[in-house]
Amino acid sequence: MSGKQQAHGIGGLTFDAKKRHWPNEVNVFGALVLIVAIFEVLGQILMGQSFLFDSAGRFDSIFNEARLTIIILQVSIVGIIAIGSTQVIISGGIDLSPGSVVGVTAMVAMSFAQVAQVNGNANPTAALGDWAHDLPVIAPIAVGLACGLVAGLVNGMIIAYTKIPPFIATLGMMVAARGASKWWTAGRPISFPTENYKALGAGLTPVFIFIGLAILFFLVLRYTVYGKHTYAIGSNEDAARMSGIQVERHKVLVYTIAGLLAAIAALVLSSKNLTAQAGMGVMYELDAIAMTVIGGVSLTGGRGSIVGTVLGALIFGVIISGFTFLRLDAYYQEMVKGVIIVAAVVLDQWRQRRAGTR
Amino acid sequence: MASDLQTNISGASAPHSGARIGDVVLRTEGLTKHYGGVHALEGANFEIRKGEHVAIMGDNGAGKSTFVRQITAVEQRTRGKIWFDGREVQFEGPLEARHAGIETVFQNLALADDLNVPDNLFLGREKTFWNFLGPFRVLDYKAMRAATMAGLEKTAVKIPNVGQAIRNMSGGQRQCVAIARTATFHSKLTIMDEPTAALGVQETAQVENIIRTLKEDGEPLILISHNMRQVMDLCDRIVVFRRGRICANLRKEETDGQDIVAYITGAKTQPEYADAT
Ligand SMILES: Nc1ncnc2c1ncn2[C@@H]1O[C@H](COP(=O)(O)OP(=O)(O)OP(=O)(O)O)[C@@H](O)[C@H]1O
Ligand SMILES: [Mg+2]
Repeated sequence: MSGKQQAHGIGGLTFDAKKRHWPNEVNVFGALVLIVAIFEVLGQILMGQSFLFDSAGRFDSIFNEARLTIIILQVSIVGIIAIGSTQVIISGGIDLSPGSVVGVTAMVAMSFAQVAQVNGNANPTAALGDWAHDLPVIAPIAVGLACGLVAGLVNGMIIAYTKIPPFIATLGMMVAARGASKWWTAGRPISFPTENYKALGAGLTPVFIFIGLAILFFLVLRYTVYGKHTYAIGSNEDAARMSGIQVERHKVLVYTIAGLLAAIAALVLSSKNLTAQAGMGVMYELDAIAMTVIGGVSLTGGRGSIVGTVLGALIFGVIISGFTFLRLDAYYQEMVKGVIIVAAVVLDQWRQRRAGTR
Repeated sequence: MASDLQTNISGASAPHSGARIGDVVLRTEGLTKHYGGVHALEGANFEIRKGEHVAIMGDNGAGKSTFVRQITAVEQRTRGKIWFDGREVQFEGPLEARHAGIETVFQNLALADDLNVPDNLFLGREKTFWNFLGPFRVLDYKAMRAATMAGLEKTAVKIPNVGQAIRNMSGGQRQCVAIARTATFHSKLTIMDEPTAALGVQETAQVENIIRTLKEDGEPLILISHNMRQVMDLCDRIVVFRRGRICANLRKEETDGQDIVAYITGAKTQPEYADAT
């Protein structure tokens, strides 16, 4: 039959091997392009300015690089958390704790990253004794990662071995970790990090860290046993168990990795801000989940990818900077964000239903 | 271990106490499972020997699937003993049972909807390289796909596109994937829980062919089925479950459909199992 490759399946159906499945990420990318286009048009009409393109008329660039940089820089820290949320949600769970884990990790790590002397005086925000000052940068990094690891491990153990729903278990961690971050210095901020620590979040470093981790986890989810089992558990936990996957152990690993990623976000954030405060990271978990969901990761588990999440993060960044560009109040931003999150979930369910009837 | 088995065989009221020990692939003694107050399985003494195909029949809720779940350690039994391959076993979970050599098609399929055919076939035993990476070892997609095609070829199961998610397949296709999975991996014992319940005429014939291949290869099989013709065609022996207990153990030559139905419905009980009321 012409050039088409056909095979007879069960029930005598034919199958057109050339017809490719349309990956969901294409839709998300389409949404990104659409949103950028909307801002471009609104910019031209309302502001008489281009959103995306360079309006300064220089010859060496087409795009407004400053804006693009801001967009991605804005989302890269929450994006790091979203990478963790992506694998948690694919495994059929949810993690509400990373925002608070960012808070406590930033506080604790920063305590080990402080300089002893500020302008010849003792560091006014010293959280710990002299022994903790001017340490090599590896110290705060190790301590910070350990914080995230412990928080994630506790989440994972509780979820895997007590069968408490992830929503509740990580809600507990969210509240407890926030408490811990306030308790650490009785609410006082911790500032004046060492030069090496400052480098973690300086300039475009957060972007590189985000992109590096995104590529790493894209590969991990797609090409490793860890990734395959994460999808399998989210898809059908009983089937995964009967296939011999050690579901409990795997879940512990998934939440632990999410905790580690939250810790990395905390290190970058506190370094970028040159300070750590107990209130850091509030609502980050929700933004991360939103990026994930906008990126087409199914809340019921089993489907989605890091590519989607990165696109979801970009959509997020475009909306934030688009609203700033149009000089609209932050209130509108949040309202629109809320609408988009719900719309993404509705879209996902609609897609599932349609796939089921195809 | 072997001596353990011997004493127990001579001591218990085993249906085949004359069997050579080396021939026994699987044996259970007093296997019992209670779900709270529900006595789903009570004191099951069962035995299957090399090359033997044994059918398990019984009404809905008789405890057949429960029996399978205890053997494969999907659940932990309330009490009772299991010997497999010459030694007493206490599997921690289905993975261990499978490593020991028990392949199972579960009644509720145990497939991951969002994964495709090769991923499902190899779920929990992926072909990998760079194994030093532990859980992050890398999947060998190419090898798995090739093995899948070969496996499907061998079992004559036709799936139009093995790359698509199982979600989009018909019930029969899914069933064929699950059966191809057990048939692809050589095992010491295969268990199929109602493998043809959802299948059309042609697909049923295909599955029955797979079962015949197993017979020719001398691989033992426990087949749970409600289909009398199929059981009489494919199996050497029929074990009947009733209300969580085994109530009959019949050689094919010594029985017929009506006889079996009488045991299933409770009209008859073998004297050895008289306590199974
Ligand atoms: N997890 C469970 N909790 C409580 N009761 C259960 C559970 N699993 C099974 N049962 C009960 O145990 C009994 C035996 O169930 P089982 O699935 O073994 O039946 P079956 O013989 O396989 O039936 P069918 O032919 O319908 O598949 C049933 O009464 C069932 O309701
Ligand atoms: Mg059953």
